[in-house]
Amino acid sequence: MTAKLTCDDLTLFRGDRCLFEGLSFALKPSELLLLEGDNGSGKTSLLRAIAGLIELERGRVCWNDVPVLAQRQSFHNSLVWMAHRVGFKADLTLVENLQFESALRLQCAAELEAVLVRLGIHRLKRLPMRSLSAGQQRRVALARMLLSDAVLWMMDEPVTNLDREGRSLVMQLISEHLSRDGMVIMASHEDVEIDAPVQTIRLQ
Amino acid sequence: MSAAEQHIPGVFTGMMAVARRDLLLAWKRPGDVLNPLFFFAMVATLFPLSVGPSIEQLELSGPGVLWVAALLAMLLSLNSLFLTDHEDGSLEQMLVSPLPLSALALGKTIAHWLTSGLPLVLVSPLLAMTFRMPVAVTGVLMLTLLLGTVSLSLLGSIGAALTVGLQRSTALLSLLILPLAMPVLIFGARTVSLAAAGEGVAGGLYFLAAYAVLTLSLAPFAAAAALRISNE
Repeated sequence: MTAKLTCDDLTLFRGDRCLFEGLSFALKPSELLLLEGDNGSGKTSLLRAIAGLIELERGRVCWNDVPVLAQRQSFHNSLVWMAHRVGFKADLTLVENLQFESALRLQCAAELEAVLVRLGIHRLKRLPMRSLSAGQQRRVALARMLLSDAVLWMMDEPVTNLDREGRSLVMQLISEHLSRDGMVIMASHEDVEIDAPVQTIRLQ
Repeated sequence: MSAAEQHIPGVFTGMMAVARRDLLLAWKRPGDVLNPLFFFAMVATLFPLSVGPSIEQLELSGPGVLWVAALLAMLLSLNSLFLTDHEDGSLEQMLVSPLPLSALALGKTIAHWLTSGLPLVLVSPLLAMTFRMPVAVTGVLMLTLLLGTVSLSLLGSIGAALTVGLQRSTALLSLLILPLAMPVLIFGARTVSLAAAGEGVAGGLYFLAAYAVLTLSLAPFAAAAALRISNE
């Protein structure tokens, strides 16, 4: 069965302001959905709404044609989330943090060591997260995505704080994920160069 | 990504992983654990100094003072239950995890009880000595605190989950939790007083145990629902 994400008539208000209204789209394997918009235009809110973290005013998000809220568990099984805040404990070491993650969600067969080498953070394994730079912490968040078995990657500004080499690494990882029939939803205000079907939603 | 190689996390594994992580964090930052304990010890030792050395008065007020100090110490520690997780984004990661949020919240509550409830129970015999409490009564005190702090941790997890997104929420948290915590305080302190008077204590202990079971079965779900609301 191929996975499918369909969003229908999504509408969200924040206070009196309408962030988006009547937004509909569908995402199939190997597709990238790019959310564009200025700061405060509702990119993060849309991502959070799709992930089921915010309740929508109207509309619904379906995973394999079943509403997400009716099957939170199997949807979250297929989802890995990279938010603006990396979600790691500053006092624990890199490896301790990733080991905790492995208890929270399905893991793929990738070797931890190989993933860390690929991301260039294998030397930082025994260091507490607080002594890592913001960019290095971002790379650990990427390791969480690579280690998880999720089909759908949701990324909020994934290239923030990353150096030039890190940015191209992110793009490379995304296109590899897409070539494995993965799906990516990404909010970004920077240009993305990826050789894959890209849908773009511009939020006002 | 073959299914045979998947390591599928179980609910219990997830819950224990959360508890283990929080205990590890507490071990790395012992200050957060010791604060409520110091508060408990200070109130309970300063009280006899301030009311004077009359033995009858100390014996009369001992159970009440120890219980109030324990309740306030628990309240003091509750604020931070979900706060750090909310701030560093790991709470959001738990919200999008396939595991039931109630199990993860219970895992956090278990760690909270082990780091703030259990230490109070363990030091209470020392503090009971300042009130000249006999050994048998001290045993009852420990038992009531053991059952009572379990309920307080669980009730507190609901309040902490509701107030996690708010600024300076300590007062609101106390206001939310105190009405529900009153039965624990009343039955806890009264049972110890009855023990000191040489009367039966089974009724009070049964009530505290029942209350602990009730909160254990309801609080994780309430806390999970509250966490989803406060993270919107």
